[in-house]
Amino acid sequence: MAEDSPTLTKLKEKFGSSILGTLSFRGDDTAVILPDEVVPVATFLKHDPDLDYNFLMDLTAVDGLKMNKRPRFEMVYHFFSLSHKQRVRLKVPVEAENPEVDSLTDLWRGADWFEREVWDMFGIKFRNHPNLKRILMYEEFEGHPLRKDYPVHRRQPLIGPFAHPEQTPEKS
Amino acid sequence: MLRDGFLTSKIEKAVAWARKYSLFQYPFVTACCGMEFMSTAASHYDLDRFGAGFPRFSPRQADVLFVVGTISQKMAPVLKRVYDQMCEPKWVVAFGVCTCIGGFYDNYATVQGIDTIVPVDIYIPGCPPRPETVLDGLMKLQEKIQHSRQEF
Repeated sequence: MAEDSPTLTKLKEKFGSSILGTLSFRGDDTAVILPDEVVPVATFLKHDPDLDYNFLMDLTAVDGLKMNKRPRFEMVYHFFSLSHKQRVRLKVPVEAENPEVDSLTDLWRGADWFEREVWDMFGIKFRNHPNLKRILMYEEFEGHPLRKDYPVHRRQPLIGPFAHPEQTPEKS
Repeated sequence: MLRDGFLTSKIEKAVAWARKYSLFQYPFVTACCGMEFMSTAASHYDLDRFGAGFPRFSPRQADVLFVVGTISQKMAPVLKRVYDQMCEPKWVVAFGVCTCIGGFYDNYATVQGIDTIVPVDIYIPGCPPRPETVLDGLMKLQEKIQHSRQEF
């Protein structure tokens, strides 16, 4: 393992066994953490004056189904410290069965739409999210399209000749 | 009887001529093709030379619906509703390859050609189409109007 940066060293000191692994590559810091520790770690990163990661840049997910990953999903968070000009990445493994993690909306309001997108595309739920509903697809849409087991050719048009193929014409 | 028939035909031609040179367009702009549409409409290529320079942002006042840009499944009912609100006679132009066949977006989110939702008169291919292609399409629409049956 490469030499740890100050951020990763601090994280390891503070959270110990909750940190499953770290990686530093050309100034790019990554920490893999336990799912239940997302909010405590993010709070620490945000409020510790030496770290001051005050900007949640991005929040997304990865479906590892075709890579035979266990657990199947992985949440990825990118933080940026505006004062220290530093970035750090958090990765959180998420189980395939009933995937759920804690929401970061209490720490960053901006997490709201990111988490809705992840719910929409991957079907990962966020505990304590104020308004967890689809953001890109329509409410009638079934399934989560960026999951690797979503059929590539499945279409769900709202109107047009291919809408509602399962519906039979009503008898008058 | 011969005289009546002769006269009707002439009026129809005159009406068609008037209609093809006073197209009020409704630009239904959803994506990057919109930039190309604007450049075509603006002074350099000057859509107004063809009598189609007057955008109406109410479908009730428009003659031709320019569908410019990718149409998602979520947007499809909106497009249909806009089309339904237009008064006859009305025409639809599919601007860009996304509106023609879905373009390179063959996925869960994109309508594979707007002709699955509304009837299309002119398809203008290209990603995006050159202004010349757009003007060619507009002239083809005018030709189509001139040679179609006019109701009035």
